Amino acid sequence: MRAVKGRAYPRIVGAQREPSWVFFEVVLPLFTVAAYAYVYQFMDAKDELIGYVVLGGAMTAFWLNVLWAMAAQFYWEKEIGNLQLYLIAPISRMSILAGMALGGMFATTVNATSTLVIGALIFNIAFHIVDPLMLVAIFVATMVALYGMGMMFASLYMLFGREAHHLSNLLTDPVYLTSGFFFPVKYLGAFVAAGASLIPITLGLDALRQLFFTGGAEDAFLPLGTELLILVGLCAVFLVLAHYSLRYMEYLGKATGRLTLRWQ
Amino acid sequence: MNDLRTVKNAAWLGWEMEANWADPFLFATYSIVKPISATLILVFMYMVVTGFNTDNAYFSYMYVGNALYMYVAEVLFGVTWVIHDDREHYMTLKQVYIAPINFYAYILGRSAIKIAITTAGVLITLVFGVAVLGVDIFPGQVDWLLLLGSLVLGLGCICVLGLALGGITFLTARHSIGINEGVAGVFYVMSGIIFPITALPGWAQSISKALPVTYWMDSMRRALMPEAMDALRLAESGDITGLGGFSDLYIMVFLAISAAVFFVLSLGVFRYADVVARRKGKIDWTTSY
Repeated sequence: MRAVKGRAYPRIVGAQREPSWVFFEVVLPLFTVAAYAYVYQFMDAKDELIGYVVLGGAMTAFWLNVLWAMAAQFYWEKEIGNLQLYLIAPISRMSILAGMALGGMFATTVNATSTLVIGALIFNIAFHIVDPLMLVAIFVATMVALYGMGMMFASLYMLFGREAHHLSNLLTDPVYLTSGFFFPVKYLGAFVAAGASLIPITLGLDALRQLFFTGGAEDAFLPLGTELLILVGLCAVFLVLAHYSLRYMEYLGKATGRLTLRWQ
Repeated sequence: MNDLRTVKNAAWLGWEMEANWADPFLFATYSIVKPISATLILVFMYMVVTGFNTDNAYFSYMYVGNALYMYVAEVLFGVTWVIHDDREHYMTLKQVYIAPINFYAYILGRSAIKIAITTAGVLITLVFGVAVLGVDIFPGQVDWLLLLGSLVLGLGCICVLGLALGGITFLTARHSIGINEGVAGVFYVMSGIIFPITALPGWAQSISKALPVTYWMDSMRRALMPEAMDALRLAESGDITGLGGFSDLYIMVFLAISAAVFFVLSLGVFRYADVVARRKGKIDWTTSY
């Protein structure tokens, strides 16, 4: 727990020292969301679709945080020489990653909430939350599974060289597409949607749409209960995989001398 | 002559960093999959609403706009990323700074390679659109002169805007990525990239008509898909594009003037930021928290 707190601390303090992030995290992400919302508006689409765009836009913050500030972070830590310090410290690797997640979660939550609230106000979106308990359960399960996946990815990035940047880029737009951030995932077809469900945010988003919007059930890929069950399963799978993957990659890194290799 | 050598070497360095130092398979996949995916998001959004009817002038308008937008996003990102990457990741910015080279030439060289890579992405996306989705681009109808003129003026305009953002990157921490994404986002909403500016509220349309990217997008579309643009301009409900009243010549002159104005402004912003960054010791600043 001390390691978690210790790694979260610089992110929270860093965010306060450089408050300009509030502008960048709050205002700027709204533009892409607005553009997609206007596309639906221009095509006279049903109101729910505009709501899905705002919700999807808010959730991109978490995906980007997992990808860039968690998975890829081990690569940057290696580049600046911190990774070796983490590895010789008597702490678990997962606690470091959990600290990053917790520290980054503050700014990310501000970003996601502001996108949701401001987007809803601008585009006059009506949310109908019928089951708040289920909403909390789905959100928490999605986040745990998602950050678990981020931890697993971090083990891969530990060994990456310069291609880390390309890989993160590669996992941005294609995941927006396959996870249905801006349209219901069921329109991709059952086969693709089932494959994309391995990324926790796919089912998380699909479930949140059903919980936030009255017409959400019509566009759903799977029933709510099933999605929650799968998400809980993904939480366990990713956390266990992350644990073993981090151990294995650390061993591999030590054996091949790549943990301290910089600018490769 | 020295500047030309700097541009050439910076471009080579940029290419090595972008491509050769990464896994070739990953780089090739990334160069193709990323732009196609970004475009397919819109294609699916369109299909969710209209079914699979892509035989529509608006579909081509949206598709081509989104493909060309890659230049705006990638070039703006590329210029600021040079500052961020050299300073924060490779920690070589101060060495580049004290080297006997023109820093602008260095930035230009690094950006040139970004433009080249983006061009590949744009071409792949457009070819995919024409071949698979029936986007209304017919080589026999393309106005090549207008296309070339618009491309040169538009890219010039985006590059000089990138220079200003590069200057601002000197003064900000790791949020520089947010700045260029945000500025690119403003263009995405306001410049008629994926929907005509007539969909915006009146006050926003006024802003749109002051942005060079709006005119650039329109002239590129006029050159690439004149038939679809005519269909949108002469729609029953009136001119959907919002720029139908402007001639090709007016748009080109506007672009040329914009590029000149932005050049002067960007140079001013860059020089100011450079002085402040040096005074505050931010040239070798790292903020990797």
